Amino acid sequence: MHQTVDAALGINLLHANQEGADHNRDHFDEWGVTCFNVMSSPGAGKTVLLEKTLAALSPELKLAVIEGDMTTELDADRLRAYDVPVVAINTGRSCHLDAQMVAGGIHQLEHCTHPGELDLVLVENVGNLVCPAEFEVGEHAKVALLSVTEGEDKPLKYPVMFQAADCLLVTKIDLVPYLNIDIEQITQNVRQLNPHATIIPVSAQTGTGLAEWFEWVRQQVATPSRTVVGSH
Amino acid sequence: MHETDMTKALIMTVKDWYDSQPEDPQITKIHLVVGRFTCVEPMSLQFAYEVQTRDTFLAGTELVIRETPLIAFCHPCQQDYAPEIGLRYACPDCGTPMEDIRSGRELKIDHIEYCSDSAQAYAPNR
Repeated sequence: MHQTVDAALGINLLHANQEGADHNRDHFDEWGVTCFNVMSSPGAGKTVLLEKTLAALSPELKLAVIEGDMTTELDADRLRAYDVPVVAINTGRSCHLDAQMVAGGIHQLEHCTHPGELDLVLVENVGNLVCPAEFEVGEHAKVALLSVTEGEDKPLKYPVMFQAADCLLVTKIDLVPYLNIDIEQITQNVRQLNPHATIIPVSAQTGTGLAEWFEWVRQQVATPSRTVVGSH
Repeated sequence: MHETDMTKALIMTVKDWYDSQPEDPQITKIHLVVGRFTCVEPMSLQFAYEVQTRDTFLAGTELVIRETPLIAFCHPCQQDYAPEIGLRYACPDCGTPMEDIRSGRELKIDHIEYCSDSAQAYAPNR
């Protein structure tokens, strides 16, 4: 005799990724290392921000980078010029990093440095405003970038990313005179979803705002929030 | 298209459940709950599911997706409201930012329907 039966599961679809992310974070905590997940659309300026950050902070902080790139090592090669450990994770056609890929990156880092000596690991995610927001990788803070050329409405259109960000860098502000863009409107749109994020307008070209960003980084490393981020 | 990864995670989770059953259950439907304030598009998920379950133990099964609306709670107003995704998230009455999300972030496998031969275990009076 056949009978239809219902089994309740109630399991989160991202359960496995979340466990992996927690595991990565446990490693970072054990080593006393802070980890940032750096996310934005393609071309918002993640890599140049990391270049400026490595150049300015590597004399005082022990930094390393886990670089997610879809098919190339171009970004990683740019960052290797700053003499810090850089691990490239080739994500293939995947549009985001997940906890397992970053775990692979952490293992590679262990081969080229002593993780316990590091202060900060910067994970540069794949350029994408949608998917990376759902996949935690073990970070202590999420850093999002939005360039002024992308438009004020992006925080409203891609809310999950901007709602989750601990720090938002509004980039390329040297271009504002040539554009019809209102930075105050960007800030207001982000504030509707995320009243707590630190918002810093920057220009990697002119250096405007970078000192404030560096100070935010220093604070995070000095007083890392060991609470679990994310909303899963 | 991260729905491919979501589907992979879905299939793996269901496979774990399937393998833990005493006999191979004939799964008919898998019920998901997907919040509107997630990065998952139900149509894409349906498509990915159909493609990725071909020639597997889930071939021919139905994926039923229940979407949940975005509902936030405004603390100053002490009431729920429905933010307009893509347009406005702050409380429409007092403008307080959206902070306390009560619904819309769900991404879960809610329940599985299957046929069982050992009906007496479930319906002993039949």
